[in-house]
Order: sequence, then structure tokens, then C-alpha cells
Amino acid sequence: MPVNSILGVFAKSPLKPLEQHIDKVHECAVLLVPFFDATNSGDWDEAIKIRKQISLLENEADSLKREIRLTLPGGLFMPVERTDLLELLTQQDKIANKAKDISGRIIGRQLVLPQPMQDAFGAYLKRCLDAVSLAKRAINELDDLLETGFRGREVKLVANMITELDLIEGDSDDLQIQLRRQLYALESELNPIDVMFMYKIIEWVGGLADLAECVGSRLELMLARN
Amino acid sequence: MVDVLVTNGPILIMIAAAFGFLMAWGIGANDVANAMGTSVGSNAITIKQAIIIAMIFEFSGAFLAGGEVTSTIRKGIIDASYFVDSPELLVYGMIGSLLAAGIWLVVASALGWPVSTTHSIIGAIVGFAAVGVSADAVEWGKVGGIIGSWVVTPAISGFIAFIIFQSVQKLIFNTDDPLASAKRYVPFYMALAGFVMSLVTITKGLKHVGIHFSALEGYLLATAVAAVVGILGKIAISRLKMSDKSDLKTQYGNVEKVFAILMVVTACCMAFAHGSNDVANAIGPLAAVVSVVESGGIIGAKAVLAWWILPLGAVGIVLGLAIFGQRVMQTIGKNITHLTPSRGFAAELAAASTVVIASGTGLPISTTQTLVGAVLGVGMARGIAAINIGVVRNIVVSWVVTLPAGAALSILFFFIIKSIFS
Repeated sequence: MPVNSILGVFAKSPLKPLEQHIDKVHECAVLLVPFFDATNSGDWDEAIKIRKQISLLENEADSLKREIRLTLPGGLFMPVERTDLLELLTQQDKIANKAKDISGRIIGRQLVLPQPMQDAFGAYLKRCLDAVSLAKRAINELDDLLETGFRGREVKLVANMITELDLIEGDSDDLQIQLRRQLYALESELNPIDVMFMYKIIEWVGGLADLAECVGSRLELMLARN
Repeated sequence: MVDVLVTNGPILIMIAAAFGFLMAWGIGANDVANAMGTSVGSNAITIKQAIIIAMIFEFSGAFLAGGEVTSTIRKGIIDASYFVDSPELLVYGMIGSLLAAGIWLVVASALGWPVSTTHSIIGAIVGFAAVGVSADAVEWGKVGGIIGSWVVTPAISGFIAFIIFQSVQKLIFNTDDPLASAKRYVPFYMALAGFVMSLVTITKGLKHVGIHFSALEGYLLATAVAAVVGILGKIAISRLKMSDKSDLKTQYGNVEKVFAILMVVTACCMAFAHGSNDVANAIGPLAAVVSVVESGGIIGAKAVLAWWILPLGAVGIVLGLAIFGQRVMQTIGKNITHLTPSRGFAAELAAASTVVIASGTGLPISTTQTLVGAVLGVGMARGIAAINIGVVRNIVVSWVVTLPAGAALSILFFFIIKSIFS
């Protein structure tokens, strides 16, 4: 006997899966730290293992993304714009893709960063991942935003996080400039093609922070309409 | 012609009573999911508690406050002057309507459509009167009013839900210490629920049981009841066990626990409101049959409701609940809904208030409709993560289909019954 109740009106909340997605993406991106530790010490077996994990997590994030897109039909009435939500999801997903690209390129070219750069690069990577962590925290506030109806102190909290995200992104830009200078000084002793790719990697790692900032500004837009 | 009524009177009453009982049983089985679903779905109460609450409050709602709507269905929809020369037609028609609405409910339930019991009975009565007797025999003005109320009541209920939920967000969630605010304000919401329920019962319901209050006495009594409910709620909240972590997540979890207690109160209100409004769908036609037969074919005599009719309907609803409710509730329990007690309470309180206010005015409205309106209202207040508009559309379509379906069936049964007895 099918139940004829009005409870079918309640659709599955899209916010929870969105939070799960950013958690997965974050998990994937932070693996870059042990990954670079392994390559710096020349432990390629370990690096390949971590690279597999990164790839696996990226796949999981992808299937989560697809699932959210499929369960978000046009006939849903939500407290946030559907388009904003999907845009946000797309931005989040790019972070995982970027992490996968970075690790893939390093493995493919057996690229080892020159010794004098390694510490500065580690600091730079951590700073960029800070941005990703903060984006994750901001997205995880969505539940509470819903509780308070997207207004008041909860919105302020998220807005502050987004401001901080901008600051971190600025920091990472400064670090990037220093790194480039270092690399420029070392260029003459290195294989030119490797150097080209190192510039690329530095840019991509910075891209993690940029994308995290994009997630933040998407979230900001979403809240601004409320 | 009237001797038909005299010779077959007892049989006709028996048939009408049997069909009326069947209809009441169908209402209990059919609507319990809607009336209690939000409470069970948000895990505020268990299935067993829901059934017990529903039994007690559906019965009291039907018994204490069901009279007003009953008289509308009994004599408001049809122009009695058309039946003066042939009162037996009214009797046949009402019996046919009961059977038609009952069968339609069974069919719709089997197909899983959330139809409205109110729609089906009104469609049936209008159908037999317009086609079987004469198009002028229907009080189109009254019917228009009833149909109009089907648009207006969900809107009102949605508006109330919107206001209630906005106030909850302002007073409780959007504060430094949501838990403390919840403990402070939730008893007031309980008192409000108690006030609305008791006021309508006192002013409208009790006169059918033969108790009369003046307006002032009614208000005082309702305020007293509200105060008692609020105080009891405060005691219940103070005895709650809270997980004492200070981060926001557990805070909101604790707040929802407080709302779960409130939800018990609103679940009682909802059951009461549903009983008071929907019992009439089953016993209104029965009351019409009984009054015509007992008065020997005189229509529109100031017939009082026979003493056994309200309890019959009330018992029917409770039995339907007891037998079918369990299964329906289990299905709901399995399909865990994304509904928190704070949302569910706002929707339920709004729907219940709208229903009892409408029942007080004698308008037969649809409980399902007020509830859907209320849910949309909470959604408008940005309280629900996602509402499936497609499902809402299907529900509305099934309401619209119900009118002609009930009408067609009742016309069919009307002619069958007429040919049997003439």
C-alpha cells in the first residue's frame, strides 16, 4: 500500500552532499604535502602510491559531483539559487582536478625540486592548502546558515572567513613571487625543460589558492542574493 | 413517495450508517499519514506514540468540535427546496455520495495519491445534486465559497507558517545562545498552540455537547489552558538531558531536542484539528439521511444531530487509524525525511491553527491542503533545504481530479440506489 502523504514534498537536501564533496576535495588536496615530501627525498615508490590515492579521491569527488548534479532537478525550491549551487560545485571540483594534475606532472617527468627551493616551496604549498581548508570550513557552515535563515551572525561569520580567504590568497601570491625569484637565480644550473615545468608547477599550486578563493566568492554571491 | 422512507427507513439509516462508518474508517486510514507524518518524519515522536496521540486527539476533535462542519455538509451545499416533494432523492443521493467518496478514497490510496477526503465528499454531493436532480439544486454560491477556501486556506496557512518560522529564526536560532533562547521562548509557542486549540473547542465545539460559555468566559478559559500547557512544557524542557558541548553544531542539536517536545504538543493539535474538520466528511451525509428519515420526509427541519452520529464517526476514524495507521507510519519512518522538529512544528502549528479556525466557521476545508501550504510557507522563510515542486504539482493535480471523479461515481451510485428502492 503506497503511502499518500505529503512527505514526498521534502526533497533530499543538496547542502549535505555539497559539504561531503568539499571534504573529499580537501582530503585529496592535502595529500600533496606527503607527496612532495616523498619526491624531495627521492622516494618514488611512496610518491607513486600517494599519487594513486590522490587520483582515487579525485574520482570519488567526481562521482559525488555527478550525483549532486543529477539529484538537483529543475523542480526544486531551495533557499539558494540552483545555478549558484552548481557553480559552487564546479569550482570545488576544480581543486581536486588541479591536485591530480600537479602530482601527475611531477611523476610523469620524475621532477625533483632543487634543494635550496624545497623549504620555501613547502611553506608556499602549505599556505595554498590553508586556503583550501578555509574554503572547506566556510562550506561546512552551510547547515548552520540554513538554521538561521541566511542572515545575522552566521552570515557575518562566513563573510569573515571569506575575507580571511582573500588574505591567504594574497600571502600565497607573495610567496609565489619569492619562489620564482629563487628559481630564476638557479635556472642556469638546471635542465631548461625541467625549469619550464617547475614554473608550471609553482603556478598550479598557486592555482589551488585561487580556486579556493573562487569557492569563497561563489559562496559570497550565494549569500548576497539572500 | 415518502412512504418509501417510512417503509425502508430503518434499512436506509442502517446502510447510511454503514457507509458513513466505512468512510470515517477510510479517513482515519488515509489521512493519518498527513496529519501525523511530519511528527514521525522528524523523529520527534515514535510511531507508537503517534498512533496513541492520534487516537486520543482525533477522537476528541471529532467529538468535541466536529459539529459545525457537519451541519455545513449536511445542509449547506444543497438547496433543500428542490427536495421537498421528493425527500427520498436526498437520502439516496447522500448514501450514494458516501459510497462514491469511500470508493474513491480506497482507489486513490491504492494508487498512492494524496487526495483530500473533503474534496471527494463535496464533489460527490455536488455531482448527484446537479445531475441527478437539477443544476439549480446546488447552492453554487456556497460551493463557490468552499472552493474559494481551498485556495485561500493554504495561503493563510502558508502565511502563518512563514511568520512562525521567521520568528523562530529571529528569537532562537539567530542569537548568541540558541539553546537558552529556545528554553525561554518554546513554552510560549506551546501556550499559543494550546490557546488556539482550546479557544476553538470552547467557542464552537462544546455547544454540540451542550455546554455553553460566554465569549469572555471562553477567552479566559482558553488563556488558562494555554498557561497550563506552557508551564507543563517548561517543566518538560527543564528535565531534558543536554549534551554539554559548546560548539554550535551540538547547540543546534540541543535546540532541536527542545523543539521535539514542542512537536508533541503540535502533533496533538494537528490530530485534534484533523478530527474536528474531517469527521464531518463521513457523518455529514449520514446526519442528513437520519434527519430526513426521522422527520418522516420533512427537509430542513431544525434537526439536531442525533446523539450517536458523532461518536460513530469518531470511532470509525480511530479504528481506521489503529488498523491501517501502523503500516502507513512505518513507511514514513523508513523514508526518513529531511525535516527537523523546528520546521515540522512551524508547519504543523500553522496547518492546525488554520484548520481549527476554519472548522469554527463551519467551512469544510482540506487538511492536506493546509499542510502543503504550511510546508511551502516554511520553505519561503528559507527553512527547508529543498522542496520538490514536482511533487507539489502532482498533489494539486490529484486534488483537481478528485472533484469530477467523486461526482461521476456518486451520480452512478445515485441512479443505482434510486432504481433499487423505487
